[in-house]
Amino acid sequence: MDNNTIIAKLQEIFRDVLDNDDIILDRNTSAADIDEWDSLANVQLIIEIESEFGIRFTSAEIPSWQNIGDITDCIAKKI
Amino acid sequence: MKTFQELKKLAKNIPDKLPAIRLAVLGDSATQLLCTALKGMAAERGYRLDIWEADFNQIELQILNPESEYSRFDPDFTIVFHATAKLLQQYDSLMPGEKACLAQKRMELIRTIAESAKGKLIYFDYPEINDNIFGSYGLRLENSFIFQLRKLNYMLCEFASKHPGFYICGISDIQNRLGRRNTFDANIYISTEMVLGINSLPYIASRAVDIIAAAKGKFRKCIILDLDNTLWGGIVGDDGWEGIQIGHGLGIGKAFSEFQSWIKKLKERGIILAVCSKNNESTAMEAFEKNPEMILRPDDFAMFVANWNNKADNIRHIQHTLNIGFDSMVFIDDNPFERDIVRQNIPDICVPEMPEDPAEYVDFLSALNLFETTSYSSEDAARNSQYRSEALRSSAQQQFTNEDDFLKSLQMKATTEEFNPFNTPRVAQLTQRSNQFNLRTVRYNEDDIRAIAGNRDRFATFAFSLNDKYGDNGLISVVILEKKDSETLFIDTWLMSCRVLKRGMERYVTNEIVRYAAENGFKRIIGEYIPSAKNKMVEEHYPSLGFSPYNMEPCKYVLYTGDFSPLENHIS
Repeated sequence: MDNNTIIAKLQEIFRDVLDNDDIILDRNTSAADIDEWDSLANVQLIIEIESEFGIRFTSAEIPSWQNIGDITDCIAKKI
Repeated sequence: MKTFQELKKLAKNIPDKLPAIRLAVLGDSATQLLCTALKGMAAERGYRLDIWEADFNQIELQILNPESEYSRFDPDFTIVFHATAKLLQQYDSLMPGEKACLAQKRMELIRTIAESAKGKLIYFDYPEINDNIFGSYGLRLENSFIFQLRKLNYMLCEFASKHPGFYICGISDIQNRLGRRNTFDANIYISTEMVLGINSLPYIASRAVDIIAAAKGKFRKCIILDLDNTLWGGIVGDDGWEGIQIGHGLGIGKAFSEFQSWIKKLKERGIILAVCSKNNESTAMEAFEKNPEMILRPDDFAMFVANWNNKADNIRHIQHTLNIGFDSMVFIDDNPFERDIVRQNIPDICVPEMPEDPAEYVDFLSALNLFETTSYSSEDAARNSQYRSEALRSSAQQQFTNEDDFLKSLQMKATTEEFNPFNTPRVAQLTQRSNQFNLRTVRYNEDDIRAIAGNRDRFATFAFSLNDKYGDNGLISVVILEKKDSETLFIDTWLMSCRVLKRGMERYVTNEIVRYAAENGFKRIIGEYIPSAKNKMVEEHYPSLGFSPYNMEPCKYVLYTGDFSPLENHIS
């Protein structure tokens, strides 16, 4: 799966979890760019991403992400 | 089960018209997502939760302080969630010599919290974590964590059994069913303070809302069962009573035996059983009468409806005869087609989507927790036979054209008692369960009832039982009179079980309370009707018994004892 496909899937998850169909993700998008992306929503996003891609993030990976690019790379490593 | 995401959406758009319940949620770990799940689940069941959520780790600070935000919020229900992970941290920090006191210490804290909590307290039990420091040997070692944890869960049960306003919400059952991997996300726990896995939150919220709904008087009373391939394997009409699969002989009979045993326990607990089956009645009955492996017996069922009519009509007939709401009924059928017909025609009834394999029936249904309750009294066990007698009465009634003749033929006898330790559980239960014949719908728990019974300066209490030639109806009506002043009684509570409707019982009760009033020098009795979603049947209750409007106040009525002549009835 290439990075663009991963980002497209992430975008779907973000739109669904954050209940906002206007969200558009690219590698540089960070929590500062999306109002609804707070720490609580983040928990839910992680669980949804894990289940969508059938992977498990480690507790060290989760706090290391700065933006969508980091999440995408992390997913790409695992699938 | 709805997903967390679905509950979150429900929680965002709660219709204003839903009845509101004030709920406080306090935890020693993060509870925000739990609150979202609770709100969504409550909306799904028809309630709007107004939640006050304590800041993280403020349980004692908020509950023990009478001036706290919590105390001012004055909730109807309080949920307290102590996480096992946090208990384990506390255990780890204790000196070796103190470790064996962990359960005791925590129980003292819970006791203190229970004494100061507002409203009804819902306390989550502790799902197991085993650090396995001692391996299985820890199970016999008092200072191991697993020993203390199990002891604590047991102490909780003991405590709850003596404190009626304290409800344990069994979330360890949820961990048992879903597994620890699905109820705990280790990676999330490390970076947040969340100990409950998101995917388990809908199940946990559901268990908590079960308790809230039951305490609000909404719970299920009756299970309606199909027969062929539901209570036994095969078709009795084709296979004959000796050829159906039940018991340890034929085919998968064991699966149906276990299912019947489960149903039998429900019956013994007080859930009403009814049969609704497409069969010839005599063929279906023969299976129960002749097959020695059958666990359920003909007289276990309050109603036995076996014919070729459509099931929705048959269920309406059962509902009409038993006189309980559709929303208090569960319909079990292995056939998806029948389930759909019933669902489409009777939206309020609960119709579980049964697993294909009968071997899974019991596990599947027990996981749904369909029969939550907030009370149990020994009278419950007799409920089936009472409803059964009621069904007999109702067929007897059809033979009388004159209502009076029918009532006379019943040979009814009533007894009146004050509240006492023996009838307290049943009285409390009736205040919680009665919805239709309930003038003010004030709910009391056993502690409340004891307090009222003990305060004779302020209250007079009446518990009425009724029996007739078909059997004992048990305690079926409750009246609480409040002494407003030396001349005035106010009817704080008047309720009656719907199984004795139209028997003249309310006229008998009126005579009794007026007699009490007159003997004790009271000149007037004031009654009030507070409309609820379900009590329209008693809207004209007071005028029909000779009360007149009081002070132009809507829904308030007065009866002067001096003007009263006893109302005719057929109860002695």
